[in-house]
Amino acid sequence: MSRNLTIGCSKTELVKLRQFTSDALEKKKVPDLQAHKLVLAVDEVCANLIIHANDCNPRNQIEFSIQFMPRQIIFTFRDRGVGFDINKYDSPSMEEIVSTRRQGGLGLMLVKRIMDKIEFSSEKNHNICRLIKSYP
Amino acid sequence: MTQITTEEKNQFHFIMISGEIDAGSSILLDNAFKEAVEKGKKRIAVNLSELSYISSAGLGVFISHLDEFEAEKIKLVLFGANESVREVFSILGLEKLLVMVGSEEEASNYLDE
Repeated sequence: MSRNLTIGCSKTELVKLRQFTSDALEKKKVPDLQAHKLVLAVDEVCANLIIHANDCNPRNQIEFSIQFMPRQIIFTFRDRGVGFDINKYDSPSMEEIVSTRRQGGLGLMLVKRIMDKIEFSSEKNHNICRLIKSYP
Repeated sequence: MTQITTEEKNQFHFIMISGEIDAGSSILLDNAFKEAVEKGKKRIAVNLSELSYISSAGLGVFISHLDEFEAEKIKLVLFGANESVREVFSILGLEKLLVMVGSEEEASNYLDE
């Protein structure tokens, strides 16, 4: 089963994305604390796509889908912005973040700790980012 | 809907966050901290009891001010976070960098030390 949502590249759209994800996880009876973390990871990746890959241009769109598999939940983002492979991004250390007084860098660290697998691919003129959470 | 209110109580500066802090609204929290520093507040308590969600943008605001607070000898304490919000701080081990307590009373006691 799959659920889909299309949003514009504006930070105000994140509320819609979180609500959509949270509703879908609730319907599938994912426990609250776990659902909260998955919503967070989805929010972080989408905020990155909106801000860094699409420069907050509301005319650009991101297609988002959630697939519920027997032992996995797969979250997929498709966009046409500047491709950015999370796996190739080296997160700064916490010490570095504190000492340089920077505000960024924590989001992808969270995503990597919450999700089991992150896949990124670029096809023709669009990018696909997949977040996979597996269950035993 | 995100709302940030401030209040002076027992010589402490309270910042109360209600709703959700994400990439769009984290600027409100950042402004509240900047204002507190400009006004020379030395003991700050952040009430998280009405905070339902925080993303890395919000966590980043806390972390980005830590170095400055230490240099300016500003004491910061967070209190009242619900389980989900606490979990987000702990995924990154931030409870080791920030002082987080349960109640307002504990927060006041810490600031009084």
